[in-house]
Amino acid sequence: MEIYLIIMLVLMICGSLFSLHAKDLLSAVISYGIVGFGLVISFLLLQAPDLAIVQVVVEIVTLVIMIAVIKDTTEEQNKQTASFSHFVYLLVLLLFTIAFYLAFEKVSGGLSPFGQHVTRMATAYTYGVNTTGSANLVTGVVFGFRAYDTLGEATVLFTAVIGVLTILRLKGKKGE
Amino acid sequence: MKGMTIIVKKVTQFIAPIIFIFGLYIVFYGHLSPGGGFAGGVIMASSFILQILANGEILDKLRQEESGLEFLESGAILGFIIIAALGLILSGSFVFFSNFLHNGVIGRLLSAGIIPIENIIVGTEVCAAITTIFIALVVYKDEVAL
Repeated sequence: MEIYLIIMLVLMICGSLFSLHAKDLLSAVISYGIVGFGLVISFLLLQAPDLAIVQVVVEIVTLVIMIAVIKDTTEEQNKQTASFSHFVYLLVLLLFTIAFYLAFEKVSGGLSPFGQHVTRMATAYTYGVNTTGSANLVTGVVFGFRAYDTLGEATVLFTAVIGVLTILRLKGKKGE
Repeated sequence: MKGMTIIVKKVTQFIAPIIFIFGLYIVFYGHLSPGGGFAGGVIMASSFILQILANGEILDKLRQEESGLEFLESGAILGFIIIAALGLILSGSFVFFSNFLHNGVIGRLLSAGIIPIENIIVGTEVCAAITTIFIALVVYKDEVAL
């Protein structure tokens, strides 16, 4: 279990590094998709299927939107002829596809069958007051058991503010 | 936006602190009563938004406040991660977000370990974020129009 997680994390770091150094925008966006789909498998490994569902939907939608925007805004580059490096790229792509498929098989085998899902934490929530000490069970779940979720939500808000400021502040700060 | 009449300004002077204190109450009692950091933060932000709407915009002052709010917001989210990492170090169980303070007596204000601290941090973050977005929309309106 742990070793699979480490492999996924290394793969995600490689994908984000490649997207930083990619030549054109399209390959950067697609290689950034590695991070998103790796995160899906990591969530499934960590027994958080609800997060994995959200992540896979968001990842697919944003990837499609980003590719559509890039295809619309950038000019088409002249196609290169097939060469040895293309063959290597294809081979790597195939290997990664197989690796992803095997990881997904491994992960989805550990889940309970569809429709009969009782998460491991469901019993812990029932005794939430004694575990977290919070009289309000909702807060106990949000900030105790699911604090990772809350961190993600706070980060989403932070990113939204950064986005608004980036779009609206055209001139930059004074003195720059 | 020049601000509203003297009646609205005076009423705002009375009501805005009450809204702010209500937001603080929601945040501080989040682990005991309904509410919490997200709801309380929005209530606190609404008191600032009310003041800006009633008193009109003083652009230079708002610009200063905006940079301060950005600092507050970034600091709050950093604090949230620091609290989580402290659980990693201090509790000994090597779990992110583990509760390293005593649970205390259930129902008291000082109970539930790190949950009230997380509530306060998230409340600060949400309040600063919502106010920053509003102020940014007010301040940079002219730049967008150009």
